[in-house]
Amino acid sequence: MSAATALHVSPWRSCLQVYLRDLKSYFRTPSGYLIWAVSLLLDGLLFNSVAIGEGRRLSTDVLQIYLFNAAFVVEAAAVVLSMRLLAEERATGAQLLLFTSPLGEAQIVLGRFFAAFSLLALITLSSLYLPALIFVHGKVSFGHIAAGYLGMLLVASSILSVGMFVSALSPRPFVAVLATAALVGSMELCYFVGRITDGSAASFVAGLAPVWQHYQSFRRGLLDLGDLAFFLTLTYLGLLASMRVLAGARRR
Amino acid sequence: MIRTTHVFKQYADREVIRDLDLHIEQGECVGLLGENGAGKTTTLRMLACLLLPSAGSIRVNGVDAEEHPEQVRAELGYLPDTPPLYDEMSVGEYLRFAGKLRGMDAARLKRRLPEVLDQTGLEDVAEQRISTLSHGYRQRVGIAQAVVHEPAILILDEPINGLDPVQIVEMREMIRRLRGAHTILLSTHILTEIEQTCDRILMLHDGRIAAEGTEQELSSRLGGRGFVRVEVRGGDEARAKALALAEGLGFSAHGAHAQTGALDLEGDAAGHPALARALIEAGLELARLEPRSSDLEEIFLQVSRGDPPVEAPESATDAKEVSS
Repeated sequence: MSAATALHVSPWRSCLQVYLRDLKSYFRTPSGYLIWAVSLLLDGLLFNSVAIGEGRRLSTDVLQIYLFNAAFVVEAAAVVLSMRLLAEERATGAQLLLFTSPLGEAQIVLGRFFAAFSLLALITLSSLYLPALIFVHGKVSFGHIAAGYLGMLLVASSILSVGMFVSALSPRPFVAVLATAALVGSMELCYFVGRITDGSAASFVAGLAPVWQHYQSFRRGLLDLGDLAFFLTLTYLGLLASMRVLAGARRR
Repeated sequence: MIRTTHVFKQYADREVIRDLDLHIEQGECVGLLGENGAGKTTTLRMLACLLLPSAGSIRVNGVDAEEHPEQVRAELGYLPDTPPLYDEMSVGEYLRFAGKLRGMDAARLKRRLPEVLDQTGLEDVAEQRISTLSHGYRQRVGIAQAVVHEPAILILDEPINGLDPVQIVEMREMIRRLRGAHTILLSTHILTEIEQTCDRILMLHDGRIAAEGTEQELSSRLGGRGFVRVEVRGGDEARAKALALAEGLGFSAHGAHAQTGALDLEGDAAGHPALARALIEAGLELARLEPRSSDLEEIFLQVSRGDPPVEAPESATDAKEVSS
């Protein structure tokens, strides 16, 4: 028989192929550019109107306000990007190419996650010119900017992984984006619910808010291990849950 | 090569596959035939490791599909009912991506890609974006991705679905060209497709294999009976004479064609030459003697009605035993 001698398939090499294909696809369709343009536009507007404002402010305060607003822009971009992660291909049927190839759920999830994360990191880092203006014209430390941007990347990874989990469960991209927005919005609202909750539950409830609660240290230029652990744990759990959903889909 | 043992599949409270036992040998081209909802796609999806059976086991080349799905997938090429395509990629780029996913290196891809484009008739559109292709070409790209890594087994789910007659002929030719190189399992609900492309037929009804064998074996289970339309010139008198002759040869009447008055008869297919001879010898002008349905169609209708499969007549079984 002339058919194949079975090929040796390295799952991580296949994972790299998934990553590269996905990353390229963001730049072949308008969606990647659109998300990038809107994110930069919002960053610029918020920098000018909210962070600089009309009164006189210390450059550290301007940077803190800018970073806080930019973290929400990254969060929103992650929510929008997450709809493409799994739900879109489920709707078109294209996911069957991956699911019938010799790679496991982990490689599919990680390849797609890192492609979206790379795009989001590029979008986030391309706004660095704004804090650079404060750095040049005011008095802020490089470490403050670095901590703020590290925090934004952590926000990006954690929200993307939550979005990926929701996307794995959703039949349509539109449903995925709405459900992710509702979930992430509810998590942020927990900060305010925590403030009016009595007792020991208050800090737990408030602790569910990614930006409102856990980005505070990063905006101040601090590296809090608790906050770092929160974002990394959320990322890990989101990815793990996504893999489980994909594996479970074979059993349904 | 492929063996399923007591496979069941249940979706919520609905059992769609019941006690499926099938065995496909290397190099065979097997057609899975069944009406819509018979369980064809579910069966193929289980074989492609997209779904796990609720019970039973599936082994491909001796490897358990549940325990080592990645290993099994490396041996398979799968075309789902809707080809899994990325619209923003060009055909060539997409096929290179599909090959790399299956572990092909650059040198092997360089050698293989022109072969696949030629085999599937895609050379002219290799640089074209998939989003701009017609339905027929998209289906070809779907086949190309399934064979690019030269899998031992090719699973095609309704490969001619939605194609126009010209495209159906082209697709049939393409499947015939692939037969030598792969073990093929294809599903369809179109009988002529199975008749013209497959060595063996599995008829699925209500989640079970209701009949299986070569077209000849299945026909012998029908007892060789079938419908034939007979048209003689000369009006009612000639028709009455023809009917009497046919009944004398063991045929029974099943009505007449409204416009032409042609007789629809049921009887032993082997008796068709004798019937023709008798009609001509009786001085009747025979305008047409046409089998109305293939034996396979009869079997399929029997199976679709849920009738128990007819046992092969003793003579046919004996013949098989002698030849083996």
